[in-house]
Amino acid sequence: MGEPPAVLEMTGIQKIFPGVVALDGVDFRLLPGEIHALMGENGAGKSTLIKVLTGVYGIDGGDIKLSGRDVLFTGPLQAQEAGISTVYQEVNLCANLSVAENIFIGRQPRRFGRIQWSEMRKRSAGLLARLDLDLDVSAPLNTYSLAVQQMVAIARAVDIEAKVLILDEPTSSLDASEVAQLFAIMRRLRDSGVAILFVSHFLDQIYEVADRITVLRNGALIGEYRTAELPQVELVRKMIGKELATLEQLESRPRESAEQIERGEPILRAEQLGRDGAIAPFDLTIHAGEVVGLAGLLGSGRTELARLLFGADKADSGKLELDGKPVSMRSPRAAMAHGIAFSSENRRTEGVIGELTVRENIILALQAARGWTRPIAKRRQDQLVGKYIKALQIRPDNPEIPVRNLSGGNQQKVLLARWLITEPKLLIIDEPTRGIDVGAKAEIQRLVAELSSGGMAVLFVSAELEEVLRLSHKIEVLRDRRLVEELDNTGDVDADRIMRTIASGATS
Amino acid sequence: MIDVSTTPATNKTGPASRRRTYRPNAQYIPVLATLSLLIVMYTFGAVSYENFTHPSVLLNLFTNNAFLLVVAVGMTFVILTGGIDLSVGAVIAMTSTVAATLLQAGWPAGVVIPVVLLVGGVLGLGMGAVIHFFKVEPFIATLAGMFLARGIALLINQNSIPITNEFWTSIAETRIVFEPGVYISGMALVALAVVAVAAVVLAWSRFGRNVYAIGGNADSALLMGLPVGRTRIGVYTLSGFCAALGGLIYSITTTSGYAGHGTGTELDAIAAVVIGGVLLTGGSGYVLGTVLGVLVLGMINTIVNFASLNSWWARMAIGVLLFAFIVLQRLVTRKAK
Repeated sequence: MGEPPAVLEMTGIQKIFPGVVALDGVDFRLLPGEIHALMGENGAGKSTLIKVLTGVYGIDGGDIKLSGRDVLFTGPLQAQEAGISTVYQEVNLCANLSVAENIFIGRQPRRFGRIQWSEMRKRSAGLLARLDLDLDVSAPLNTYSLAVQQMVAIARAVDIEAKVLILDEPTSSLDASEVAQLFAIMRRLRDSGVAILFVSHFLDQIYEVADRITVLRNGALIGEYRTAELPQVELVRKMIGKELATLEQLESRPRESAEQIERGEPILRAEQLGRDGAIAPFDLTIHAGEVVGLAGLLGSGRTELARLLFGADKADSGKLELDGKPVSMRSPRAAMAHGIAFSSENRRTEGVIGELTVRENIILALQAARGWTRPIAKRRQDQLVGKYIKALQIRPDNPEIPVRNLSGGNQQKVLLARWLITEPKLLIIDEPTRGIDVGAKAEIQRLVAELSSGGMAVLFVSAELEEVLRLSHKIEVLRDRRLVEELDNTGDVDADRIMRTIASGATS
Repeated sequence: MIDVSTTPATNKTGPASRRRTYRPNAQYIPVLATLSLLIVMYTFGAVSYENFTHPSVLLNLFTNNAFLLVVAVGMTFVILTGGIDLSVGAVIAMTSTVAATLLQAGWPAGVVIPVVLLVGGVLGLGMGAVIHFFKVEPFIATLAGMFLARGIALLINQNSIPITNEFWTSIAETRIVFEPGVYISGMALVALAVVAVAAVVLAWSRFGRNVYAIGGNADSALLMGLPVGRTRIGVYTLSGFCAALGGLIYSITTTSGYAGHGTGTELDAIAAVVIGGVLLTGGSGYVLGTVLGVLVLGMINTIVNFASLNSWWARMAIGVLLFAFIVLQRLVTRKAK
């Protein structure tokens, strides 16, 4: 069976950042009319390879051929003009502009140099209709949810006459039906001859849609395989490069129900706490040493509930008690003083500070808690930071490089380290494993389990039910901004049981 | 009123929009607030003072503030990208001095005007290039530009230079007279033409839309393949050009060139733009708002004159308004989130 000539061929790509070899002689090729998955752990070099391909980064070695010709992109514009469109992991659109404009900006239809607004709106609506989206195309993008914004980003990429379409984790903020929609579009594009590079951390999605898989590890190429010829276990082994010991260990960890564990004192009690438009009044008790999972669909009020407990938003009804004493949570600062830490879901905008080093990022919250007039001694800093870099396996393990040079999963770990170092009584983690790979996911889960057995209470927010089930002693199910049910995580509770609650909203 | 609506009318007949309930676009709220303020001020003046409703009062607002209007239009572009241009006042001083000196040396007006506009544009281009290529904060780069321009003006001549050129004095007198005492000056018409062109550029050209995109999210704009560098340098060039044009208008209305002209104009221009509802962080606002902002500043001065108060009252009023509008912007953007 002969293969068509590759539309894109990268050979011996070399990319070096200060302190990190991000890509070490990587080869990669894309055939026309295929969906090609790029797999690897955090820090394997996926994002870097994509940024090289789209002209965001220059390369330090190797060459790139597009349709048989040597190319060298000096910026995203050149890459786009050459026919490479990209949808990035985080939505990269201008939220202040209208939906239609976000799709067409840079290539608006014009007559006599004047933008044809009505034409543009008409074409946008048509394009979105093909994606089964019904939006007011003249409304500003920021009036829509993140998932919709992501679909708009895809609509934009699809409309550019692309030879190569890069989808960098487009599904991490989409729900199941939106993912199905996206896959339908991807298949249609593939059949029309577009080469699609697809990155996702959901293995099932890869196996559902990808024709071939390229695996990277630690900036080096491991191999290229046909999806049908590579069993899932084999793929994971190639990505991680070590046995799945941690993961399996967790799987087999006997789930202790809330009754079985020795319950500590209730450290937090919310009574009819609520905020108009964010989350309906709810009751919640969290004990020391307990992992409480928050389950629910995107937009069901998971984050809103967490933000209320942390004082990031102000409750407008109900009472909150900490250690048996009523408190009013006015600000995150007050929450921190009470021993509550909050690791945000949005690590890029609300979490790590890219310009600062790993050390500075980790030490930030502790320093803030002590007050800026009492600096932490350098030696103490090194000691603390070293400990957490090791415990969390942050890679690269150099504390003095800027955080922006780290991969997403490692940034997440830095964020977690920042809060752990303050030794909180209650740790709220919002989607800690979103957009990070299997290995790092297992590590973070292991860490949560360890922390709770050490007596820390953890409120764990995650979109992945399996993860919630695996870790939680108690599961709070949310639906339409309402806490609908509290489940003790005993043997008879499974994903199906939770999904039924989410779907029906009633206690069966 | 002049028609400089910068937003294309929303297509209310489309199938998508018909089903949706009307909600006032948060982006219009600041402009509407400024318009209401202007109406309230005018009504106050009309009730309190005799002759306030005379048409000349309104027309003089345009005539007296023509130079500020032109400068503020350039500033609008800059602020829409999230930047700032502190050099415009000094550019007025520099260009009026250069113009007066060249005219004194006998250069014809037809040569002096393009030369002066070119000087302003080139200075803006230089500042834009420094901001883009060396990643210098706009505040610092244009602060340097301000000292440079003012210094050049002082180097050329420290004293006020009278302009006797015939063309200059004749266009200073050019005006459309509606009835005795009621007229609009040629310079005000020039300013309104600049406003109209700017409104069209912002709403209907790729350059204009790129300005909004950069102000919204410069990183995204880059990843979307927009010419961020070219656009950013473009707005500073434009602002420099507008400041030079403002300087020419100033030299025409005062028939003089002087290194002390335009002191503090950059701050008036920024105030007008912000009161007009342009978001200081960029990405939201309209030229129409800027026009209203300039009129509000003019109206404050007019009322202070009518009330025979000291001019510091006008300054204080501007300060209070500026503060109020920045708070309003905060509230509106927070609501939008």
